[in-house]
Parts: sequence; structure tokens; C-alpha cells
Amino acid sequence: MAVKDYIRQRFFPHIWCPGCGHGIVLNALLRAIDQLGMSKNEIVMVSGIGCSSRISGYVDFHTLHTLHGRALAFATGVKMSMPELNVIVPMGDGDALAIGGNHFIHAARRNIAMTAIIMNNRIYGMTGGQYSPLSGYGTRATTAPYLNIDHDFDIAEMAMAAGASFVARTTTYHVRQMADILKEAILHEGFSVVEILSQCPTYFGRKNKMGSAADMMEMFKKNTTPIGSEAKKENPDLIERGIFVQKDVPEYCSEYDKLIENAMKGQ
Amino acid sequence: MSKNVKFIQGNEVCVEAALYAGLDFFAGYPITPSTEIAEHMSLRLPQTGGKFLQMEDEIASICAIVGASLTGHKVMTATSGPGFSLMQEGLGYAIMTEIPCVIVNVQRGGPSTGLPTGPSQGDVYQARWGVHGDHAIIALTASNHQDIFSITVDAFNMAETYRTPVILLFDEVVGHMRERLVVPEPEEIPLVERLRTSVKAGVDYHPYLPREDGRLPMSDFGGVHRYNVTGLFHDMWGFPSNNSGVTHGLLRHLVDKIKNNVEVITRFKEYYLEDAECILISYGSSARSALHVMENRRSRGDRIGLLELQSLWPFPYELVRKKCANAKHIVVVEMNMGQVIRAVKRAVDHPDRVVLANRIDGFFINPTDIKNILRLIQGKGV
Repeated sequence: MAVKDYIRQRFFPHIWCPGCGHGIVLNALLRAIDQLGMSKNEIVMVSGIGCSSRISGYVDFHTLHTLHGRALAFATGVKMSMPELNVIVPMGDGDALAIGGNHFIHAARRNIAMTAIIMNNRIYGMTGGQYSPLSGYGTRATTAPYLNIDHDFDIAEMAMAAGASFVARTTTYHVRQMADILKEAILHEGFSVVEILSQCPTYFGRKNKMGSAADMMEMFKKNTTPIGSEAKKENPDLIERGIFVQKDVPEYCSEYDKLIENAMKGQ
Repeated sequence: MSKNVKFIQGNEVCVEAALYAGLDFFAGYPITPSTEIAEHMSLRLPQTGGKFLQMEDEIASICAIVGASLTGHKVMTATSGPGFSLMQEGLGYAIMTEIPCVIVNVQRGGPSTGLPTGPSQGDVYQARWGVHGDHAIIALTASNHQDIFSITVDAFNMAETYRTPVILLFDEVVGHMRERLVVPEPEEIPLVERLRTSVKAGVDYHPYLPREDGRLPMSDFGGVHRYNVTGLFHDMWGFPSNNSGVTHGLLRHLVDKIKNNVEVITRFKEYYLEDAECILISYGSSARSALHVMENRRSRGDRIGLLELQSLWPFPYELVRKKCANAKHIVVVEMNMGQVIRAVKRAVDHPDRVVLANRIDGFFINPTDIKNILRLIQGKGV
């Protein structure tokens, strides 16, 4: 199937700014789904609020555009009530980790099978460029005119600590790796987290004098490195890309099926 | 027959009634005095193949049931004051997206953490207007176990009929007290099942295009129709829209589907209203004390009656106006600073005849509290 067969052309043009990284994520995601040969009827995409969350409107799956930060909570209800569905949850960094931080760590802890994609552009774009939990110390934003004093955290480390059984990171520069990782994440029987560094030239880039969208993507090339590379040993500041964790842990819906069996036997 | 008689808590009655109505998905978070609903659900649901989820908070709980309703299941959550505050966001979403679900609020004293173990009926207006923005809502209540059972089934039926969240506004006393329940036989109470679209695969399905009767047939997630659901104002496809015609039409639809059916939705019980000079109006556990006082005074020849409301929203203004038309005194009995009394005053022809008998100290309003007000009305002093 062509990638365009997965989109709702009726609802285009999309709302993203020129140069935004989110369209690249949409493209790689659809290619991944196409390569997996999945049927459109078996996919539910659940999103929250923000630029990234609008992705759900553009795809021809069962789509649920929910509340800020709550996508994973809605997705948990969808998945638990119909485990045969494939649930994909695209979120922004603020959506997933500020207002939705609690839902994020608990979905990871339960290890419920769904794919959480965090499009990390380090800013609240839709509201016009306020700092997010991922902006980082010393950055500028419309709510940090005197430089940000909030520290960020490492999404991958936090996801692993919370119990996610698949954790990976990539960037919008590395589109082939992105599609490969997304395929693995979707196939994974458990809670998978894929952090994708995505550029916001309009707000984060402009506020922090990072140049054009292309300049920001060049930066992703320069300041990232494959997990465990020699370069990382020489330069610890490099951000690692690739799959950090991919392990078999009992999945929540399967565990619940066993629980029902026991309950029905009166145990 | 005897096996159908139980002696259980009100909260457990709510669970049994929900299962009777076809509930198969519940998500919740522990909070006094509603916790027994979650506990009993965790035991009972898996026995019937259903699913119970303990979420990380009340916000997640209501979101999870909305997600599960979309795959075609009958769903419910239960909480109390502080949790109900957290659920307002998800409640508004369910209203806007027209997802059937039932939310139980076993009321306790508030505001804030308030009185976790003390009864109150202070959330009547939160049930009505806790959600931001214009909207309509259905809120039901009951004063005894038999009625908790039937009103809970009603709540599920109305949620499906009107594609809306329905609030069950119980209180600590009815939730925790134990009394006799005769479990209705299967099919004794009719059940409303989900109205699903008859549109075939490959033909355009408009998830948000109401039929002539205002109802919107649904299509389950995972089925042949793929569509968008959003909390934004949306067109017939479910896609975000700020077109003024779309916005106006949707808001009118959300309000009218409930407002135009007040008479069908209204649930009440009446005792000796025909000749009553004094009418007590009450609901929930307060109505038990009101009933006691009414029976006691009737036996002494007083012309007193009781109107027990079982649906608080949409408020049955016309019913209350008619029933109270000949009353000299109307006493609203409730455990708050005066909430339902506001609606009653708006409803009746002579608002000056309406007085309040209340209690707000975390103790159950008892017959003496009501009798004292009656004595004052009669000029006897307390």
C-alpha cells in the first residue's frame, strides 16, 4: 500500500509549521506500519494535546484525540478492553512528561502492550514556545526570558526505571533508523517507548538561535551517536541513539486473561 | 426466590446492579466512602469475564473507561468528592465526545479533603456545573438499596440512550449502610443496549451526524468504520472544526438531547401529595429521615407529604411546580447549605413558601432535625 493510503487526505493541509519535525515522524511511522503489513482496522491511535498530538487526525486508523497528558490513560482503556488492537500513542514532551508524567510512568510499570512515541522538540509549540520539562537548563523560551533554571531529565532512563520493556531513541535526521525502531516497537509485546528528537525551528530554534530546520537536523546528526559507540567514550556529552532495552516481561493484558481464568475457576 | 435476597452494603448493591446492566469494564482509584465499589468490582468482574483496573488516579480512571466504552463495552468508575473534582476534565470529554459511561460519586463532606467518613450532599451543583463550558448532564440518586439497584440500571440505560455520561450521586450513608436487597430476576428490568450503526463497510459512516430522533448510532473501535474522536468542537466526521454553524449545532445538540427529554429522564417517588399542605422534598439518604417524619405526622393526622427526587439533573422543574402548587409550606431536606432548594425555589409559584431543613456537620440528618423545622414553621418553637 502507498503511504498516502494511510492518511485522511480530506483533512489536509496539516497544521504543522514549515520545517517542523513532526511530519517526518508521521512519514516514518506510516512506512513502518506499511512494511509490517498491518490492517488499518486493527490500529488505534490515541493522542493528547499539542502539535504532535494532531498526528492522530491525519491517519486513517481508529483515532482518539483526547485531553492534555491523558492519552496513555485513554489508551489503557482501549487496549485492556480489546487487547487484539494495536495501540499507538504519539505524544509531545510536555504532553507525555509534564502533565502526563504520572500516566507515563504507570503505563510503563504495568507493561501494557502499546507504543508510546514521544516527539521531543523541547518546547510547548502550540501555545507559542513556553519551556517544557525537556527544554533544559540555560535555554530560552517565552516563559524563560532570563534563561531557564529548570533541569531536564533523560526520557529513556526514566522509561527504563519505570519498567518499560522496550526503550529506544532516534531523531528526525535518522529516518531509516526511525522506521526500523518503530517497527520493532510496534511488534514488541509490552510497553514500548520511542523518543524521537524532533526540531521546532519556529519556537525552540528561534528562541535559542539554532538556525533553520536543516541546521537543527544537522545538529541531531552531530550531537548523537549509536549506543555504546567509541565516540561516546571520547565525548560523554553525545546523546545515544538506538534500542536501549528490549526484553520479555509478562504483558499486562495477557496477565489479566490468566487472572480471569483463575477467577472463573473460583481460585 | 430466597437466593435472590441479600443483606449487603449500598456500594455492593451498586456493583451488582451494574453487572446486571451489562457492565464489563471498570476503572477506579481508592477513595472513602466509595472504595467498596472498587473492591467488590475487583472480585466480581473477572468472574464474569469482565475487567477491573486500578488506575494511578481518578483522572486516569475516567479516561480509561471512556477508552473502553469506545470499543463497545458498558463502563463505569466510582469515586467521592476529591476524586470527582479530578474527574471533571474527563467528564467534560465524555460529554463532548458523547461516550456512554456511568460515574458514581458517593458524596462525603467537602470542600477539599473535607470529611472522608462523614455524609454530605454537597456535590449537587458540582455534578451540574463542575465541567467547564455549557453542557447538559444527567444525575440520578437513591435512598435505599432496592432503588440503588434500579437507578443504577437506569443510569446505564440512559447513558446508552442519550450517548452521555450519567452521574450516580449517592452519599456516605446509603453507600455504607446494610439492608435487604431483592435482586431482580434477569430481564425483570429492561436493558438498553448500544445502538450501533447499520452502515455497511465501505460506505461513509458519519459518527457525529444525529438521526432525526437526535440519536447517534455508534461504531466500535476495531470495527469496519474508522473515524476520529476529539474533545474539540467537531463536524459530522468527528474532525475538529471552528465553523460557526458546526459549533452552534453541536452545542445545541449536546444540550437539547437531554433538555428535551426531561420528562422521560425524570425519576421520583411521591407520598401523600394529593392533600398535602406541607410537602417535604428530599433525595438520597436524607429522604429516609424525611419519610420517617412524614409517616409519623400523617399517623397523627397532619396533611404532610413527601416528594422524593431520584433524578436531580436535568431538574424536573415542571414536576416540582405542579406537585407543590397547593402546598402552604415546602421543606427541602438535604445535607448541605442549600443546593436542591435553589432549583426548587426556581420551580415553584411561591418561592417564599420554601424553607430548608439541613445538616452540615458531618452527621446524618435525623427526623428530629426535620421536626424542629416543622415546629418553627408552625410557630411552636423548638
